[in-house]
Amino acid sequence: MSDTTLTPKRTRTIAGIPFLGEAILIAVVIGAYFLFPYNLAFLTRILIMVLLVLSLDLVLGFAGIATLGQAAMYGPGAYAAGLFAVHVSGAPLPGLVVGAVAGAALAFLSGLVLMRAKGLTLIMLTIAVASICLEIANKARDVTGGADGLRGIRMEPVAGLFEFDFIGKTAYWYVFVVVFVVFLLLKRLANAPLGQSLRGIHESPERMAAIGAPVYRRLVLAYTLGGGIAGIAGALAAQVTQLVSLEVYSFNLSAEALIMLILGGTGRLYGAIIGTVIFMTVHHVAAAADPFNWLFLIGFMVLGVVFCLPKGLAHLPTALTRLVRGRA
Amino acid sequence: MSLFFNILIDGIAYGMILFMIAVGLSVTMGLMRVINLAHGGFALVGGAVAHWLMVAQSMSFWVAAPLGVAASVALAWPLERLIYRRIYGFGDLQQVLATIGLTFLMIATVNRLLGSTLLALPLPELLAQSVDLGFRTLPLHRLVVIGVGLAVIAGLWLLIDRTRFGIRLRAAVDNRSAASAIGINTGLIYSATFCLGAGLAALGGILGAEMLPIEAYYPLRYMVLFLIVVAVGGMGSISGSFAAALGLGILDTATRYLVPDFGTIFFYGCIILFLALRPNGLWGRTA
Repeated sequence: MSDTTLTPKRTRTIAGIPFLGEAILIAVVIGAYFLFPYNLAFLTRILIMVLLVLSLDLVLGFAGIATLGQAAMYGPGAYAAGLFAVHVSGAPLPGLVVGAVAGAALAFLSGLVLMRAKGLTLIMLTIAVASICLEIANKARDVTGGADGLRGIRMEPVAGLFEFDFIGKTAYWYVFVVVFVVFLLLKRLANAPLGQSLRGIHESPERMAAIGAPVYRRLVLAYTLGGGIAGIAGALAAQVTQLVSLEVYSFNLSAEALIMLILGGTGRLYGAIIGTVIFMTVHHVAAAADPFNWLFLIGFMVLGVVFCLPKGLAHLPTALTRLVRGRA
Repeated sequence: MSLFFNILIDGIAYGMILFMIAVGLSVTMGLMRVINLAHGGFALVGGAVAHWLMVAQSMSFWVAAPLGVAASVALAWPLERLIYRRIYGFGDLQQVLATIGLTFLMIATVNRLLGSTLLALPLPELLAQSVDLGFRTLPLHRLVVIGVGLAVIAGLWLLIDRTRFGIRLRAAVDNRSAASAIGINTGLIYSATFCLGAGLAALGGILGAEMLPIEAYYPLRYMVLFLIVVAVGGMGSISGSFAAALGLGILDTATRYLVPDFGTIFFYGCIILFLALRPNGLWGRTA
């Protein structure tokens, strides 16, 4: 629960001092490591999910591409990294590259068609792509293991130095370092010309086209980058759990990632992190406390956020200060 | 030949169910511009209430089914007045989040009261029997579903094309502010349309329980299917929804009969091809 109480502070302080956000992020991750030593597997899952939601933030929050099929890129990353580990090499870092390439390749190929559509049609197309991937993985039993899942993944030590251990310490730090590096790159991208251009396309594609920006190609590029990051997330999941199941392509995964992103606030990287941490923590605690009625809590939380904080939880500090100032 | 006939009858019956559930969704999305992911929830509520009345109160199907529809409408009215009215003004993503939250609450409520098992809606004897058409026999239920579906589209056509309500509804769809400026009570139109859509969804849910079994997670399980009907038919178009629902019903049934191993791939492949070529659906207006 400590994550929940720390989040407002995390966002409020990033404004003024450089790298304070990152410092708090690292502090929270270290703190969580010592506070919940028996929940490292769950914390690792949160970190992987953060990466998937960050990839969705790039696609949806920055570029404004409405999608409910981010799992379509997470899946190839997971299967590619899993198959690479089974058949080629158990080295984790090359496996990540393979996963990223697989996710980006699928995003590029499907993006060529998808990025011509908009709105509801685009959402339905992304769902359809993910559903087809799911069925292909289901039918290609010889390669993927079908409904039984892909087994037999054995990982070598990270960079030849850090052995994966039973409790999941190595996995936790390995995943965190990868997520953190991607986070820094995305933060850099947000301020780079490409990021600005994507925001412009999000605001008004017509005006961007009018000033000569290649809108379609930029969208395909953003979708491909997002696909690569989602592929890395899938690869991490495959390497850490040493199992790839058909769930990687499930609609629920895409939908939950979307809920977490909107909950936290789109278009701001910290929103993706906060939304994921809060949603997964509430989900975890509520499901453990009451396995039958936890969905009530999730439903009320989601509705409460939409009606009270329409811009997402990352907006909470601003909303609070406004409230306090308004009363004073 | 007999296979072809089976596919046709099953596909059309399935399509009618899809139409009844999706038409309300299509009209609300076209009229109120709201992405309503909770629409399947009204089919669930109708089905769950009918199930409870039949199993726990041992009512007959003929009483329970209309009461189920009425319960769904009775839920839709206050929901529209209290919650949806605020959602209309939200951005797309907030609408997605709000309606998915409502869906969660509906699922959780049904799950709490009736459990997560299959909620059976046993057909009355009259519907369960088969009829002899001379050259072959058919389950009567399929024919009744097709008949009800045709009655619904005919009724909707009369309502939209021939009544004052229909004129006002079309005016509100075409231009909401102009319609309200000339004195049309658009708020009332919205409520009535929303309730009509919810009632039809409940009817489709109850009649289609054989094909799309009612259980607590129904709204999430079939949400994509209903949205596909709307996307293919074009938002806000009733005839589009009808054609799309029939086409998709037949396509889905045919792929299941003919290529059972690759049915899903083929089904979604066709949808991608169609939407890539016609992004606004069959008769959709440009967004």
